[in-house]
Formats: sequence, C-alpha cells, structure tokens
Amino acid sequence: MVDQKITPLEFEKPLALLAQQIELLEKQIGEGAHPELENDLDRLNQQYDQLKRSLYSNLRGIDHLALARHPQRPYTRDYLGRWDSAWIEMHGDRKGVDDPAMVTGLLRMGDHKVVVCGTQKGRTIHEKKNCNFGMPQPEGYRKALRLFQHAEKFQLPIINLIDTPGAYPGLAAEEHNQAEAIAVNLRELSGLTVPVISVITGEGGSGGALAIGVANRILMLEHSVYSVISPEGCASILWRSADKVAEACTAMKMTAREIKQLGVADEVVTEPLGGAHHDADFAAEKLREALVRHLNELTKMSPKELRKDRQNKFRRLGAFVES
Amino acid sequence: MFCSRGFLSENSFQRAAPRPEGLSDNDMDLKEWFANRKKKQEQAEVKQPLTTEEYCALWTQCFQCRELLYTKDLRENLHVCPKCLYHFRVGAEQRVEQLTDPGSFEEIDANLRSSDPLGFVDSEPYPKRLRDAERKSGLVEALLSGTATMEENPVALGIMDFGHFGGSMGSVVGEKVARLIEHAEEKRLPLILFSSSGGARMQEGILSLMQLAKTSSALKSFHDAGLLYISVLTEPTYGGVTASFAMLGDIIIAEPGARVGFAGRRVIEQTIRQKLPADFQTAEYLLSHGQVDMVVERTKLRETLVQLIEFHTKQNKPKSGSSQQTEPVIPGRAG
Repeated sequence: MVDQKITPLEFEKPLALLAQQIELLEKQIGEGAHPELENDLDRLNQQYDQLKRSLYSNLRGIDHLALARHPQRPYTRDYLGRWDSAWIEMHGDRKGVDDPAMVTGLLRMGDHKVVVCGTQKGRTIHEKKNCNFGMPQPEGYRKALRLFQHAEKFQLPIINLIDTPGAYPGLAAEEHNQAEAIAVNLRELSGLTVPVISVITGEGGSGGALAIGVANRILMLEHSVYSVISPEGCASILWRSADKVAEACTAMKMTAREIKQLGVADEVVTEPLGGAHHDADFAAEKLREALVRHLNELTKMSPKELRKDRQNKFRRLGAFVES
Repeated sequence: MFCSRGFLSENSFQRAAPRPEGLSDNDMDLKEWFANRKKKQEQAEVKQPLTTEEYCALWTQCFQCRELLYTKDLRENLHVCPKCLYHFRVGAEQRVEQLTDPGSFEEIDANLRSSDPLGFVDSEPYPKRLRDAERKSGLVEALLSGTATMEENPVALGIMDFGHFGGSMGSVVGEKVARLIEHAEEKRLPLILFSSSGGARMQEGILSLMQLAKTSSALKSFHDAGLLYISVLTEPTYGGVTASFAMLGDIIIAEPGARVGFAGRRVIEQTIRQKLPADFQTAEYLLSHGQVDMVVERTKLRETLVQLIEFHTKQNKPKSGSSQQTEPVIPGRAG
C-alpha cells in the first residue's frame, strides 16, 4: 500500500486517487457497516497493483526526471549514514571555504575502506539554502579534489555520489573560476591510480555532475537522469519555449537505461517500485551490494591498469563517422 | 554615399584595362580603333554603379565605435579596428593565415563527420541542422586542427570556429581535440588551442558531455609528459569548452574584449536576480580575477606565442662575452 506520507507526483495522481478510495473503503468495512464491500475492496486492490506496475514500467523521460527530483528522494547523507553509521566527515578546501553542497568523508563498506564525495541537496528549507539546492561552488569541487588527492596518497578507492542540477551559476562562482575547478577535476580524476566509482543517485546535471563523474565505473539508479544541459535549458534554447521540457527529456535520451545504451553508464541499479523514496533502506542496500561487487573487481587491478582503464573508458565515448 | 567613385575605380578596376602604350589615336588603323573601342566599352561596363552587397563587402562598420573601415585595411590589420581596437570574430582558416608560416599548415583528421547518435529532432532534425551549418560556414566541423610552424617553430594547432554550429563541441570536436593532443604528445610538439564556443552540443546529448572528460583526460597524459600547452580564449568561449581544455592551459591567453565564462550572463542574472557589471566575463575582467595569464591584442599574438614557445622549448644560448643578456619579455598585458 502507498505510504501516505509520500507526496505523489503529477503522473502518480491516478494511483494516489485509487489509494484514497481503497482507504475509504477499508474504513467503512472496518466500521462493519457494509460487509458486502469486501469483494469490491479486493478488486480495487488488484486494480491498484496492476496500475502501479504498468505506471512504473512505462515511464517517460520527464517522469524519471520528476522521480529523480522528488523532494523525498534519499540524498548523499542518507546513503552514507545507512552504509556506515560511523563514517567520518571531512571538511573544507583548505583555501578558505567549506562548501556544504559537496559532502566528503571516509567510510567503510564491506571489507573496503573508501573515500566518499557527494553532492548534497538538503531536506529542509534551511538545509536547502545552506546546500545551495545541491549546486556546488568552485570551492566544493576543489574540496572534492583535495579528497581525491588524499585517496591517491593512501591508495583508497573513491566513491562519488551525484545528485545535482549542476554547478552553481552565480557571480562569485564565475569570479572564483567555476570552469577551471571543473576542468581540473576532470583532468586529475583521469590520472588517479585508485578505483573510482561514480553513482548518479538523482539528477546528473552537466559539467557540475561530471566534475566528480570521471570514473572506472558509472552506475545509475533506475530513475536517475544524466544530461548535458538541464531539460529546461534545452527546451528554452532549442524549442524557445518553457513548455517543451517533456520533448527535451525525450530527445536528449537522459534516463538511466538510455545512458547505459549509449555506453556511458555501466550498470542500472534497481530501485524499489515507485522510486528510492518509497524505501530508502532497500535502495541503499541495493546500491551498497552493487558498489561492493564493483569494488571487489576493481581492487584486483593494478594502479597502472586502473588509470588506463579509466582513460580508455572516456577515450572511446563519442559517435562520429570517419570517411 | 561615403566615397567617390573615382577612388573605387582607381583601386580596383583601372589596372584591368590598361591603355595600349606607345600609340596615339593618329597611329591607329581601323582594326585597332575597333579593338580600342571594344575595350573602352568593357571599361564602361565595369563602371556600373556598385550594388549594395558590393558596397557592404568593401566596407565594414566597427561594432564598437561605429567607424566605417575599408575591409581590405581591416583584413590587413587582422580584423582589429584600428581606431578602437575592437576585435572582430575571425574564422579558423583566417587564424591559420594570421599565425602560421605561409604554406606550413597541414590539416589532420579532416575526414571526421558528425553522426546522429540520438536521432535528435527539435524543430528540425539534427542532420539537417548539420547540413545547414556546413552550408553557412563552409566548414564541416567547428574545429580545424593540424600541424604548422610559427617562425620555424613546429606546433600542433587547433582552432575552433564559432561560425560553425556556434562552435559547439560534439563528438567530432572532442575526438579531433583528443587526437591533436595525442599527436602533439607523440611528436613532442607544443600545443596551441584557440577556443570559441557556445559550449557542448546539445543534439548529441550525454556523448557531448563526455567530450569534456575525453579532452581533459588526454591533456593529463600530455601534462605529465612535460609538454607545453597554450590555451587562447577568443570571443566567445562558454560552457563545456571553458570547463575542459580551455581552462587547462599551462599558459592562458585571452584576446581583448573576449567574453569567457562557464554560465552565460543571462542565466546568472536570472539565478541571482541582480544586474551584473558591464565588463563581467570579459578578458580584462578575467585578468583582474586571476583567471588568465595575459590579455594580448591580436596584432601581437603571433609574436607573443612564438616568444612563449621559444622560452619553453629552446635551450638557453651559451653565454657570450657580452653583458647584454636577452631575456624574453613576457608581457603582463601586451599592448
């Protein structure tokens, strides 16, 4: 049954409506008023399960986007806490700023000790503001870079969790050279000799996502999206209309399955039916299993192989014709 | 009308029909007289009034100071307004001409063409947009790459052309940049990349984004090999190109007035809901915010590049007896 605390999305409204009716019916039966309604209840329950399954197996790009942006979706800290309640948070870029939109730390996962970096969106209004809605400043990327270098020094694998609309487009961000912060991360990540795994847990927004996304393995949660520009941006530039977001989502092929088909993502990690926010524990466990499996594989490779593997992965990406 | 007809014909047309020398009208026989008359008629035809397009081609108005400039003079001044130093946008082929020793440029990877991996359609299908861009710009891609010499210094040179598809970086641009870097590394050549781009090419979706990683990754090996990479930022450079190879130069040069940034001005204004300073994201603004090494006028660009290449690649000359040491001058801001 639907968890009533979860806010239904636009496309989930028919399901929510049905759930309401079922609840009403259950209440009436509970009061013992109409025992003959039992049959109707069974029918409705069946209908509900059917609708739910068909709804989530035929999602459009924009529906995945809505799920990826669901306000109750688990964020980086939700995963880290579930994986290792004793994970150690690290702060700051050592140059004057600690960007709360980029969470970094040390964590144990199975037999592995890893360095984690992840973007953080924030749950409450206060947190959201503090985390800049998950859009890191250049200092956030430099903080991540510091942790990458830490991992390299101590030969620790790196896990990056990505859920960001993109790098923050602001005055200070430009003055502090957002572009350079991203570019340097791309270059330095490609040169590391430790395993790097990046996971798109929600939104993978362009360069701001890629800046912690140059990895040996790229995993995507089932309803996550990854795109070169926000669908809103794409719609306003190419369609010159804010109403064409659905078209932009479809055209850009940004869902987890499509990104895997294009050879960018290596694995799509299953989410609970309806999305990770329906059962964060289950989602975190599924992701942990996948991560441990990849860590086991990658830690068998030599440092040199790991660097080469990562560079080759990105060297191959692209589609062109050579005449 | 802003010039006399005489001025135009003197410059352009009189040489085409010279009067036969050593002959006066009296010496002519009938045949010659007719021949001469025909020539005069031809000349008269040439003197037809110029069409508007022809005038426009002959004259260019400066976007900044509104001065009318004779196009030929403007070209000779490397498309820099002599009055206000406004730098006009120039195409990749023109840049090759401006920078390299004549005839030294050899293009590589000219045979790469964009495909349509997503089957992308907005108001028009991507392949049609590609054909239109090719027709308009006369280029097949937004990057021209190859090897050349500059004052006899061999270099690997990549030049983006904003005129083709807004200089956007798709798979082909990414691949050509990566191959150029690899070529430069293999031959141990200094690398110069001119950026001019609106960012990643949306029509190739996520694969365009991956070109940022591909080019930056190629630069990692190049960087580790101890080789010189000079990035030249030209009007305009934005988005994915800035956030990858453009900002990774050992030395970063910007052309005066060039606008360079990650996010576009309008996007930032909408996000922060306040007006930005007029000079925001210009080369000069970048210089004062520590993002580029120098701002160099186009007319001094070639000599600056040569100076920098020679500083980093040539062995110091053995000291002669004279006390005069010629130290290369690296301008903080040339011009």
